[in-house]
Amino acid sequence: MKIDVKKVSKLSNLTLTDKEEKEFDEQLNDILHYIEQLNKIDTTAVEPTTQVTGLKNITRSDEHIGGMLPPEESTSGTEKKHNNMFVVDKLVETNE
Amino acid sequence: MDITNLTITEIIDGYKEKKFSVSEIVSSYLERIEKLNPELNAFITLDAQNAKKKAKDLDSKTPNGALYGIPLGIKDMFLTKGVRTTASSNVLRDYIPPYSGTVVNVLEEAGAISLGKLNCDAWAHGSSGENSDFGNTLNPWNKERVPGGSSSGSAAAVAASLVPFSTGTDTGGSIRLPASFTNTVGLKPTYGLVSRYGVISMASSLDSIGHFSKTVEDSARILNVTAGADGYDSTLAKRDKENYMEDLKKEIKGLRIGIPKEYVSDALDKDTKQAFEKSIKALEELGAQIIEVSLPNTDHAIATYYILQPSEVSSNLARYDGIRFGKDRSYFGKEAKRRIMLGTFTLSSGYYDAYYKKAMQVRTLIIKDFKDAFEKADALVAPVSPTPAWKFGEKADDPLQMYLSDLLTVPINLAGVPAISVPAGFSEGKLPIGIQFIGPHFSEKLLFRIGSQFESKTEHYKELPNL
Repeated sequence: MKIDVKKVSKLSNLTLTDKEEKEFDEQLNDILHYIEQLNKIDTTAVEPTTQVTGLKNITRSDEHIGGMLPPEESTSGTEKKHNNMFVVDKLVETNE
Repeated sequence: MDITNLTITEIIDGYKEKKFSVSEIVSSYLERIEKLNPELNAFITLDAQNAKKKAKDLDSKTPNGALYGIPLGIKDMFLTKGVRTTASSNVLRDYIPPYSGTVVNVLEEAGAISLGKLNCDAWAHGSSGENSDFGNTLNPWNKERVPGGSSSGSAAAVAASLVPFSTGTDTGGSIRLPASFTNTVGLKPTYGLVSRYGVISMASSLDSIGHFSKTVEDSARILNVTAGADGYDSTLAKRDKENYMEDLKKEIKGLRIGIPKEYVSDALDKDTKQAFEKSIKALEELGAQIIEVSLPNTDHAIATYYILQPSEVSSNLARYDGIRFGKDRSYFGKEAKRRIMLGTFTLSSGYYDAYYKKAMQVRTLIIKDFKDAFEKADALVAPVSPTPAWKFGEKADDPLQMYLSDLLTVPINLAGVPAISVPAGFSEGKLPIGIQFIGPHFSEKLLFRIGSQFESKTEHYKELPNL
């Protein structure tokens, strides 16, 4: 297998310079080659591990537990806001 | 008396005997930071005014709390309300969080006083500290060498006695490796023992929240404060509170301690091997029964880790879009970009089964290795790193070589078990060497017992760097 750096950088929303693209192409495929050693291991009938201490279905009662930030504080990490809401680029095209 | 070379226990005793006040302790550590930090670069944000204020406040009250008046440094992966938190990345260069993480809160409630935020590899990605966007942290034992990473500042700060303890995160070795490079004690608790709430996520199925201290006793004292469910992290196991300091003085005679044969291969450097052998002798003299065990899938651990971890990293770092906090994605450094792209690839449509699922299956085999080993042994002992600290730049241009330096720490994270790195001596060139004790899930009390007995016998922690 080979990593197509151009495609993956687009999927990751990362902009790369030509130089970076070349460098990452070499490094990432080097790493990919290394991790493909796992193909040699027979894992038929082996369950995948998602939670290492075996916890399942952790729930809590559906009650407010506090610790909610007021809107002024939860939007304090950006200057791009309007009436305590985050300002984002327009995503939907209109026909106007 | 130099009051900045003290352990937590010694500071507590000093307060009891009224040898010094909290303000005096805080001021002397701040003075030491002022003197040594410009060169070491362990702290990247200082919180001196707040610390002095809190110290004065504590002095006016009756002593209370397990860490009353104890200064600490906080790895810059932990959110601190009102104090800049960067993950040592340019993306968060100016970020000031509106709340603090659980660990920060409980430490402060126990009376600990933060002096500021500590440097690390950006987003905790690295084994040397060199991936920080805030410059390298130097190793106090040898300034041409790396302090280890990713918790580079946390390790260097304790080693240089800038603070008696510091917080860290360990996803693949980020506490134990730097602890072993700096003659400090580094604890990586069981996955799900300490809350991750308010800690910047790296790889969620592996992230473990721990700390650095000068002694094992101090390490146990800190875990007494940080362990336990908080209602905000659903991976925390609901367990009864334990007193981790209870068994520190208990002898280890008759305990079966296993050496994983795959960990003592020819890849170990000569001095590391020698220090390890001496440590084994010390354990035998303490009455432990040393046996050989096998962890047959050790060779596959790095490959497994470098599928699972970047996959989870790519998902966790997707939130940094410059909208709600921080700068846009063009501010990511090279290592973050590498991991995001690698993870995006292994999770992408058509490749998920071949990589991520495969790695989760091999992880099951690695966990089974540890379970089998713990049938034969009560705990395991192993070197932390195949070599002592390397020189700056030595591995910086070759990511795969850098990844391989975590060979002896990564399997422990994959198995989710706890491990503690304890000073084990020095190389010929006076570079610190560490060993790690590894136990079954939630066996921290046993690890502290072994570590404490080993430390009392060997006393390597008493050696300090020449600064």
